[in-house]
Amino acid sequence: MSTSVTLCGVKLDNPVIPASGTFGYGHEFAEIYDINCLGTFSFKGTTAHPRFGNQTPRIADATGGMLNSVGLQNPGVDAVISEELPKLAKVFKKPVMANVCGFSVGEYVEVAEKLDACAQVGWIELNVSCPNVHGGGMGFGTTCEGAANVTREVKRVVKKPVIVKLTPNVTDITSIARACEDAGADALSLINTVLAMRIDPATRRPVLANVTGGLSGPAIFPLALRMVYQVYEAVNIPIIGMGGVHSARDVIEMMLAGASAVGVGAANLVNPFAARDIIEALPGEMEKYGIENLVDIIGGAHNG
Amino acid sequence: MKKGTFTLIKNEALVSDLHRLTFAGDASAVTRPGMFAEVEIPGYFLRRPFSVADASENSLTLAVRIRGEGTAALTGAETGARFDILTGLGNGFDLDCAFERPLLIGGGSGVPALYMACRELIARGAKPIAALGFNSAAESFYVSDFAALGAETVVYTADGSLGRRGVVTDALLDFDYSYVYACGAVPMLQIIDHEAKSGAQFSLEARMGCGFGACMGCTIETANGPRRVCKDGPVFRKGEILW
Ligand SMILES: Cc1cc2nc3c(=O)[nH]c(=O)nc-3n(C[C@H](O)[C@H](O)[C@H](O)COP(=O)(O)OP(=O)(O)OC[C@H]3O[C@@H](n4cnc5c(N)ncnc54)[C@H](O)[C@@H]3O)c2cc1C
Ligand SMILES: Cc1cc2nc3c(=O)[nH]c(=O)nc-3n(C[C@H](O)[C@H](O)[C@H](O)COP(=O)(O)O)c2cc1C
Ligand code: FES
Repeated sequence: MSTSVTLCGVKLDNPVIPASGTFGYGHEFAEIYDINCLGTFSFKGTTAHPRFGNQTPRIADATGGMLNSVGLQNPGVDAVISEELPKLAKVFKKPVMANVCGFSVGEYVEVAEKLDACAQVGWIELNVSCPNVHGGGMGFGTTCEGAANVTREVKRVVKKPVIVKLTPNVTDITSIARACEDAGADALSLINTVLAMRIDPATRRPVLANVTGGLSGPAIFPLALRMVYQVYEAVNIPIIGMGGVHSARDVIEMMLAGASAVGVGAANLVNPFAARDIIEALPGEMEKYGIENLVDIIGGAHNG
Repeated sequence: MKKGTFTLIKNEALVSDLHRLTFAGDASAVTRPGMFAEVEIPGYFLRRPFSVADASENSLTLAVRIRGEGTAALTGAETGARFDILTGLGNGFDLDCAFERPLLIGGGSGVPALYMACRELIARGAKPIAALGFNSAAESFYVSDFAALGAETVVYTADGSLGRRGVVTDALLDFDYSYVYACGAVPMLQIIDHEAKSGAQFSLEARMGCGFGACMGCTIETANGPRRVCKDGPVFRKGEILW
């Protein structure tokens, strides 16, 4: 029995990848379990300069999920390279995925180029889908031209595989996926959070200071699964499927829909052991469904 | 941080909207007073954070005020109910600063968060003053618990129906003290930050996603840059917070 998969030529022991923004730079989790059990993980969205992010409150609860409007709080790419990555090297021996965000094409290129030069980084994930920043993030991912442009410019300077992370907050995600593939993307990851809001009836005001935020967690799993299924039919590059995954069964569904690897986000925040628990449960779940090698089921739901 | 299953063994309504919940389970991760716990409440996605009111190797006490749906469900639980709880979260109070005569200032539902600190300070030989503030006698709780520990316990009520009439921060003028530990509403903490004549530490609240430093949901600005209330706090020192 084998859980291993390949992502853009790099072998992963299993397809489970904690999603950007829910795993920090790995340390909080390395304190409680050996994170080398992961396929890899995607670190917090990183920009050229340090960012505080949005005003608080920037977290809200929802049935089957949560909203966040963190807005890319991060120490900036230089501090990530000089402080976070050396600390990470002590506890994580595998290549890590670098999540990159920007407010201009030039910023994406600058940050991606710096992280590309780090030996620890295995993949560059371009976050053109953050719904919580104005003038950046999702602004680049909601049009074919915008997404293709960032992809093309980053591909020009980066040697490592470039994964473009797509937003569900569009009319037709498949056309954006195709535009990214045509612009040279090596893989796609989807979905980022779904634009959403909550209102406090007592104050009659939005709960989040930013008014809107991104919904994630089990509530969005069927929606994410549908998009992965559709994008799989539209492109020939690998897909990292994510959105609401919280069990080994969800991983298998995502892979059947067409995912080569699977992101786990909000689940890590309510159960800090979630990613490890899912990995440990995978063999049992594979046995239950008669799966010998996990790679064999990728896109399996499309056959026949 | 530890994740474990706890069994509710006692559920007491101390006043109508505040319950003391005692759980049996492995609370060995609670190594300092002022740490907090995150309780998974069935039917709610995010865990709810509560200060540890008391803990031993195998028991955990939380004092929960009913604010919304999650706290209503939690305080309505029957004894025997089992909960998944993360313990050992946050930095907790640093008691090494306390010296002889620490002043503990608690406001409303912030009062229980100081109980364990008070117990440990007394065990270390300090002579703490516990200044506890409530709106009225009817809304007061935990007063006899602090007194039973042997702390000099003084109550302040807004209407004068119990103890001294006034606000609990009046204690900063009414007593001589060597250090201040506080938990309560933000305006109360601001007064302490500006007016305490000694060093001070206070416990803050923030909307939290994870409670253990991973999501950046709870960040505040401090004199030392952005800090996560859940991981770098919830206890901050006088002068640190940019209110
Ligand atoms: C470090 C810390 C220690 C705390 N200690 C205590 C304590 O000892 N006793 C006590 O009664 N309360 C305490 N609180 C506040 C308590 O967490 C909230 O009252 C509770 O989460 C409200 O949940 P709800 O479902 O009833 O309210 P809802 O308003 O329905 O909750 C919706 C969401 O908002 C969050 N939320 C609402 N109010 C607050 C708040 N004031 N602070 C943080 N998150 C909030 C909830 O966690 C939830 O995610 C503490 C908060 C923090 C951060
Ligand atoms: C608190 C929080 C912060 C996030 N930050 C980022 C980020 O910095 N970059 C990014 O590409 N995605 C970010 N995301 C999106 C997740 O990586 C993921 O795509 C999304 O949450 C859906 O997966 P889930 O339902 O498993 O959480 C964030 C999500 C959450 C909940
Ligand atoms: S609540 Fe997640 S970092 Fe503090």
